[in-house]
Amino acid sequence: MTTTTASAESGERTVRENSPGAARGPRRTGRIKRIGLPYLLLLPALLLELLVHLVPMVIGIVMSFKELTQFYIRDWGTAPWSGLDNYQVSVDFDAPVGEALLHSFLVTVAFTLLSVGLCWLIGTAAAIYMQDTFRGRGLLRALFLVPYALPVYAAVITWVFMFQHDNGLVNHVLHDQLHLTDKPSFWLIGDNSFVALLTVSVWKGWPFAFLIVMAGLQNIPGELYEAAALDGAGLWQQIRRITLPSLRPVNQVLVLVLFLWTFNDFNTPFVLFGRSAPEAADLISVHIYQASFVTWNFGTGSAMSVLLLLFLLVVTGVYLLLTSRGRKTADV
Amino acid sequence: MRSIRAAAVGAVTMSLALAASACGGGSSTGGGSNDSPKTLTYWASNQGASIAVDKKVLQPELDKFEKQTGIKVKLEVVPWSDLLNRILTATTSGQGPDVLNIGNTWSASLQATGALLPWDAENFDKIGGKDRFVDSALGSTGAQGKDPAAVPLYSMAYALYYNKKLFADAGIAKPPATWDELIADGKKLSKGGKWGLGAEGASLAENIHHTFVFAKQHGADFFTADGKPDFTNDGVVTAVKQYVDLMAKDKIIAPGNAEYAQNQSVSDFAKGTNAMLLWQSASANLKSQGMSEDTYGIAPMPVQSGTPGTGTNVNSMVAGINLAVFKNTDNLDGATKFAKFMTGDAEQKILNTAYSTIPPVKTAQSEAAFNSPANAVLKDTLAKSAVALPQVADESQFETAVGTAVKELFAEAAAGRPVTTDSVKAKLEKAQQQMPTK
Repeated sequence: MTTTTASAESGERTVRENSPGAARGPRRTGRIKRIGLPYLLLLPALLLELLVHLVPMVIGIVMSFKELTQFYIRDWGTAPWSGLDNYQVSVDFDAPVGEALLHSFLVTVAFTLLSVGLCWLIGTAAAIYMQDTFRGRGLLRALFLVPYALPVYAAVITWVFMFQHDNGLVNHVLHDQLHLTDKPSFWLIGDNSFVALLTVSVWKGWPFAFLIVMAGLQNIPGELYEAAALDGAGLWQQIRRITLPSLRPVNQVLVLVLFLWTFNDFNTPFVLFGRSAPEAADLISVHIYQASFVTWNFGTGSAMSVLLLLFLLVVTGVYLLLTSRGRKTADV
Repeated sequence: MRSIRAAAVGAVTMSLALAASACGGGSSTGGGSNDSPKTLTYWASNQGASIAVDKKVLQPELDKFEKQTGIKVKLEVVPWSDLLNRILTATTSGQGPDVLNIGNTWSASLQATGALLPWDAENFDKIGGKDRFVDSALGSTGAQGKDPAAVPLYSMAYALYYNKKLFADAGIAKPPATWDELIADGKKLSKGGKWGLGAEGASLAENIHHTFVFAKQHGADFFTADGKPDFTNDGVVTAVKQYVDLMAKDKIIAPGNAEYAQNQSVSDFAKGTNAMLLWQSASANLKSQGMSEDTYGIAPMPVQSGTPGTGTNVNSMVAGINLAVFKNTDNLDGATKFAKFMTGDAEQKILNTAYSTIPPVKTAQSEAAFNSPANAVLKDTLAKSAVALPQVADESQFETAVGTAVKELFAEAAAGRPVTTDSVKAKLEKAQQQMPTK
């Protein structure tokens, strides 16, 4: 229905613009129509967005106030309302469920900080290095992007094979060839799993940082560097005084996006560790999945998801506030 | 402007309503119908060495069924890693298959959702009566005192598979009958890159199956008589420790097995890396990995002392696959006919032979193929010394919580850290606290 209206209006508008003398109706209607058109054109996308994102979110929030266990999932309209019980269970850090959630949250924070930091560092370093023209630069750039282009499942399952205790490539190199460890290490269970997870995450994430920073670098005028070189600035000073400040707006978005992606990453830990992740690498997304799907308690799972959503909203809000304020003062 | 806003509000409201009704649409509480009598959808579990093998085994039988009844069966073989999630999703949305296979240990959990057709006397009559099935298999079809949520399809039992050549090389004359003997033999066998026993340390289900039997052998249970979790009683703690100690203290399981969850221990056994394997109905799997039947022997799973029997001398869980009908099927008669076909003597013989399982149907068991020495051990175990896993609604949560605890204990053993009564108890305590309280 909306599409018909939209096309009819735009058609009418075209007709009128083509023959100015034939304008009908008061001018106000014309202005409203002019203002309204973009909104109408946006409407289909907006509706889909609502359907795909907001509706499930609202349903999830509703679910978090219900006692939705296996006894009710078949007809979850009949699940009893449980008020704030699910939230109480989730944030009671002295009880096992809340304690496990807090542990998982802290692991996720540490993992995200390290992963985003390393991704950004490696990505930026590589992008700056790739600014100089040299033979094989195109090839290297393409090669760097491979981890980003690979399907997640295929890439991570390859890592699973490499991290295996008995026949994995990692142990073969570290233990058999370089003799760095006394005995082969476990990467997929126990404490090392955090390192394994971080490795895969950085390997998978840094090409994106590389890509974005590389794009940002193209906008920095070469004259700036020439002038700086004339003034006697070295490479390090050029990076610090010209490159990084010029990249600021790019980095601002890049870090936020990397943060959200990494914090919410489900595929990497799930493919690496399966449905019960080792404690050291118990990321919150898998933890919530386990709390809802594996223990069949969708109410508590939803409550945890809502808490996660709130946390990410707050972090994003504060981050945007701080960075935009910083930019304003920098502009002055 | 107002008209646009009104249109926008209208559209948003409509899409919200649509979404809401779409979500609620599937959850019909009705009892099923016969609206599409000519087709059935069947989710089979992965019983053979691969999904392709299963399709090859099942498709000719489904064609037979179509010829007999005119009902076309759409087959999907669902891997084990997805099956429970798929069933849960189907239960929530109401968009499921008509007939499906379930692991028999899930019977009570799925029964509690109310999504499966209860097999009351009337329904059982349609497939030849409850008496056709052996008791041990019926004991794993749902909570006690309720109509079964499914009918037994394939039965399996745990047994000790041992490599004859490795045993002969080590000078061991006969397979161990008690755990002490198994450990002693295991120590003789664990040398030169070979190991006494294989285990799936990261597989939650395998961990549950073994610790459950160990607990039974110590006269303990994971649940109290009224169905409450009781994971930290002395018997259970001893049982879990005894199982993990096979790696931690006795060192007859390779540490690497702590991260196994994809049946790697079966492959290791087929390759001759492990001399022993505790597994359910492994013959077909071993054959597909190139291990010929005369190179390995099958013995009953060990007990603490004496010979396998009831009480503290049980040596296997009742393993198996059940066939269930989704309550809101739109071909109820067809689904019952299909259940009758699959549990009929002829199909039972064909399918159980193909999967090296034991028919849970009495009349089909007499067939010669199920009385070979290998199958005799499994059949005997099922008949005399196997018990069903707890038939409680929280069974699947129990598998996850305790299975994970044992997995973590194996990880500690593999890393060379000591596994003590206290550390075992702490893990089990944590598992118990994760169980639903209501």
